[in-house]
Amino acid sequence: MFDDMRELYQEVIMDHNRKPRNFHRMDGADREVEGHNPLCGDSLTVFVRLEGDKVADISWEGVGCAISKSSASLMTEAVKGRTTEEAREMYGQFHNLVTREGSADVASLGKLKVFAGVGEFPARVKCATLAWRTMQAAIEGQEEAVSTE
Amino acid sequence: MKQKSDAATAPAPFDVASVRAQFPVLAQEVHGHPLVYLDNAATTQKPAAVIDAETHYYEMDNANIHRGVHELSQRATRSYEDARAKVARFVGSDDPAEIVFVRGTTEAINLVAQTHVRSVLNKGDEVVIGESEHHSNIVPWQMLCDQVGATLRVIPIDDHGALRMDAYEDLLSDRTRFVSVAHVSNALGTVNPVQEIVRLAHAHGAKVLVDGAQAAPHIHVDVAELDCDFYALSSHKMYGPTGVGALWGRRELLEAMPPYQGGGDMISSVTFDKTTYNEIPYRFEAGTPNIAGVIGFGAAVDWVTGIGIEAIAAHEHDLLEYATERLSALPGLRIIGTAPEKAAVISFTLDDIHPHDVGSLLDRAGIAVRTGHHCAQPTMAHFGVAATSRASFAAYNTRDEVDALVAALAEIIEVFA
Repeated sequence: MFDDMRELYQEVIMDHNRKPRNFHRMDGADREVEGHNPLCGDSLTVFVRLEGDKVADISWEGVGCAISKSSASLMTEAVKGRTTEEAREMYGQFHNLVTREGSADVASLGKLKVFAGVGEFPARVKCATLAWRTMQAAIEGQEEAVSTE
Repeated sequence: MKQKSDAATAPAPFDVASVRAQFPVLAQEVHGHPLVYLDNAATTQKPAAVIDAETHYYEMDNANIHRGVHELSQRATRSYEDARAKVARFVGSDDPAEIVFVRGTTEAINLVAQTHVRSVLNKGDEVVIGESEHHSNIVPWQMLCDQVGATLRVIPIDDHGALRMDAYEDLLSDRTRFVSVAHVSNALGTVNPVQEIVRLAHAHGAKVLVDGAQAAPHIHVDVAELDCDFYALSSHKMYGPTGVGALWGRRELLEAMPPYQGGGDMISSVTFDKTTYNEIPYRFEAGTPNIAGVIGFGAAVDWVTGIGIEAIAAHEHDLLEYATERLSALPGLRIIGTAPEKAAVISFTLDDIHPHDVGSLLDRAGIAVRTGHHCAQPTMAHFGVAATSRASFAAYNTRDEVDALVAALAEIIEVFA
């Protein structure tokens, strides 16, 4: 049964679910935004410290399904040290990848391509994009919580 | 005169294989595995007899009811009113006029809130509900209390998921006008001590509505035994079509209630100066109803009665015990809802594995459970969880299906470890 789900629950995803990276509060964060997926109970907060237009540091805390947690973990790894413009561009590519809309430059996504399988499971797209939407809101200085609904 | 089964016409011993054979939907594979449908608390599957009853109506008898003088209208009206009598008998009433057809339990509760309770509830008065209620038995009362300036009081549950009767007694006062509780909790499976709840409410001059959505399919319901004032049930939770349910109400209460929705059929006469309302139950059935659905509902009542509610209850109780034992043996599995008296509903969590993942993976094995808050967010909050996975059983489920669930969960636990 589980072999059928390998496309979604890849080893990298399972690893990041068990041991999420950058998983901690950040004191002295410039931005702190909450994100919620009310339909399934995913809930996280993204913390960002900016230096000029660079994401100097990014971390997160939260609870949720394996897809949302591993996505948050991999997102923080991908975005840390990048410029806000690069983070924005990456979010666009990631969104295309998981929704199978538009074209995604898979090569530029690196490890994030493990989420390619999410498109087969439309019910899980919002789980995968929650952390990215929340990160985007944090970078843009939005203060209200993000919701997938 | 209540209908009782007697020895001469006792139903045949429960034969789950022959029960399953009556449900066309069960003979399919999902993602390459035989369907294991364990989401019955969300909705039940329909036997051929129910599907055929609706089909027959549309093929042979379809016409609008109550107003026509032609043959099809007579047939449709007879079938519709026969269903009303069947539902009345099913809940233990010999008076069909005490059955109002509605869209479902949710509409039944809203109807009572906005008619009977609205007419007796004043500012400063109180309505009592349980902590473990489904949102349909919370929100209508919140809305009503807001409208009127009344207070909503909540009976807490204990850590087994049973209503705390000591706290309930403390909550009741001379300001209590109405009590509304579930017969069976949809998220926890708890069977509430409704007779005692009613007795105490009446002692304080309050009337009682019982939400029977999760009870009617699974346990014997008798409104005379319960002595409640209103009882709500849904067709689709008991092997009948969606979009139809019933409200049973004591005749004298229904007769005193103002109408709910205005329109055709609920009137006696209409002029622009004055409109008069119809007698019960028609006063509460505005517009053309879900005629086919009601007829299907009647067929579902026949089907359940034919097997015997006690036989179904015994079969499900065996599944509950077996499943509880096998699930409890899985590492990291915690059952939420451990009251001594339960219907066949098992909500559970797995350590470090989110219900959403559990549900998706079980689905790939052909197993349907529900994950989430089950429209009972306060219940989830009580147990400190955002969501649970819930397996809920019906007449056509088997021990083999429990084994399939346990095997799949064991695999999930291993992979996530």
